[in-house]
Amino acid sequence: MSEKFDVIVVGAGPAGTSCAYTCAKNGLKVLQIERGEYPGSKNVMGGVLYRKQMEEIIPEFWKEAPLERPVVEQRFWMMDKESTVSFGYKGLEWGKEPYNNFTVLRAPFDQWFAKKGVEQGVLLINETVVLECLTENGKVVGVRTDRPDGEVYADVVVLADGVNSLLAKQLGYHKEFRPDEVALTVMEVINLSKDKINDRFNLEDNQGCTIEIFGDSTKGNLGTAFIYTNKDSINIGVGTTLSSMIKAKLKPYDLLDYLKTHPMVRPLIEGGESAEYLAHLIPEGGYHSVPKVAGDGVLLAGDAAQLVNAIHREGSNMAMASGTMAAETIIDAKKRGDFSETSLNQYRETLYQSFIIKDLEKYKDATHTFEHYPQYFKEYVPMLNRAASKFFTVDGTPKKEKQKEIMKSFTSERGTIRVLQDMYRAWKAVK
Amino acid sequence: MSTKTIEEKQYLVRFKADTKSHLTVLDHDICMTKCPDKICTIFCPAEVYKWEGLRMQVGYEGCHECGSCRIGCPYQNIKWEYPKGGHGIVFRLA
Repeated sequence: MSEKFDVIVVGAGPAGTSCAYTCAKNGLKVLQIERGEYPGSKNVMGGVLYRKQMEEIIPEFWKEAPLERPVVEQRFWMMDKESTVSFGYKGLEWGKEPYNNFTVLRAPFDQWFAKKGVEQGVLLINETVVLECLTENGKVVGVRTDRPDGEVYADVVVLADGVNSLLAKQLGYHKEFRPDEVALTVMEVINLSKDKINDRFNLEDNQGCTIEIFGDSTKGNLGTAFIYTNKDSINIGVGTTLSSMIKAKLKPYDLLDYLKTHPMVRPLIEGGESAEYLAHLIPEGGYHSVPKVAGDGVLLAGDAAQLVNAIHREGSNMAMASGTMAAETIIDAKKRGDFSETSLNQYRETLYQSFIIKDLEKYKDATHTFEHYPQYFKEYVPMLNRAASKFFTVDGTPKKEKQKEIMKSFTSERGTIRVLQDMYRAWKAVK
Repeated sequence: MSTKTIEEKQYLVRFKADTKSHLTVLDHDICMTKCPDKICTIFCPAEVYKWEGLRMQVGYEGCHECGSCRIGCPYQNIKWEYPKGGHGIVFRLA
């Protein structure tokens, strides 16, 4: 492997493959290196793939990609121990072209996507770990892999090696992440017949439902749980920031079993057969945690650049968009014949003007706020449940009195001023 | 049936273990003397770490390669590398 490439892409997830695909399509010589047995074998996602950013790479991909169900309903639960306050939206327009998002299983999806890159001319090498970036006078000129004579050279190296981007850390682009900058998430794929899924979630064939669950799903810790419907299986998972997991001394798999046996959840998965168990970190540091994304001969994309919007559970779409932006910058840099940091900073500028960094900036204080003030998950969710129970229980009390009592119960538990402070703080964090 | 224990969960996963561990506890004395909680034995999602009284046993063969132990160890006492190419966990579904 001593020949020189235009681009080396490290990683074959959504960011890496989007970048490799676009570079190859534009005539560049691309080497893509994946450490797993096949693309997707190391990759985990709750399971929602957004149509928009994928479609910009492969138009009408839904006609051939291995997808599970188009999502027509998104539910949100504020769950307490024996109750839940829910809201959501179901719209049949999401079940028709061009769709909004799909549930997917990542191992088959990532393999399919990487194959599309190979069809464009990407040279994909699996089962190979990149150990370090090779540098000359501070410029990245290639990579060293764990293969014999495994040094390869390129004009640009794209680090799309995921949340544990050891390579970006080696280059000094970011320090080790703190436990409050990552979320530890575990999930199970549970096989359940299509008919049962359709009945239990009020769906028809080729309609999917997602449920995001807050509150008791994480025993009040900062995090969420989710239930997503596949064709004939369900992805069910739960995660909290690693710092919350440590503070509460939670075993993640115990939390998952707590969720699975929760009376609000159990009937949905009853009789299902576990098929796989998966754990993964999600980079949730947001805006403040985004590292340096462009340097001499090197770019960072996707999770490796911490591009995840935890509030809106968007990640793979940001990976794809950033991978594509990286490719566009490389194509322009090639025309300029200049792969210096100044030239590659075009990527940084594009990224920071796009929805990606704008959205991360909007929520830049959200994780920190909710981590620092645990009352939102620990106290307000149960309070909301008690209020709903009181309001909807018919017991002969006039509604006006009920409303008064509910308002009083909110303020008497935490004090009027503290409640107002909490509301203002939450609004500021997400406004 | 859906799983109830971590052992049952791990049984669902395919691993292609290398002969060499990609996880190294740098100094077992630090675990013993400075870390009463042995927190890695709690938050590790695959129960890779087990305290054996004097030293930390590292069952790297069942590791999901999530990275939590590297970030979560309060003493940065875990050296964390990727397993050799093609080895380690092999997710088949999600």
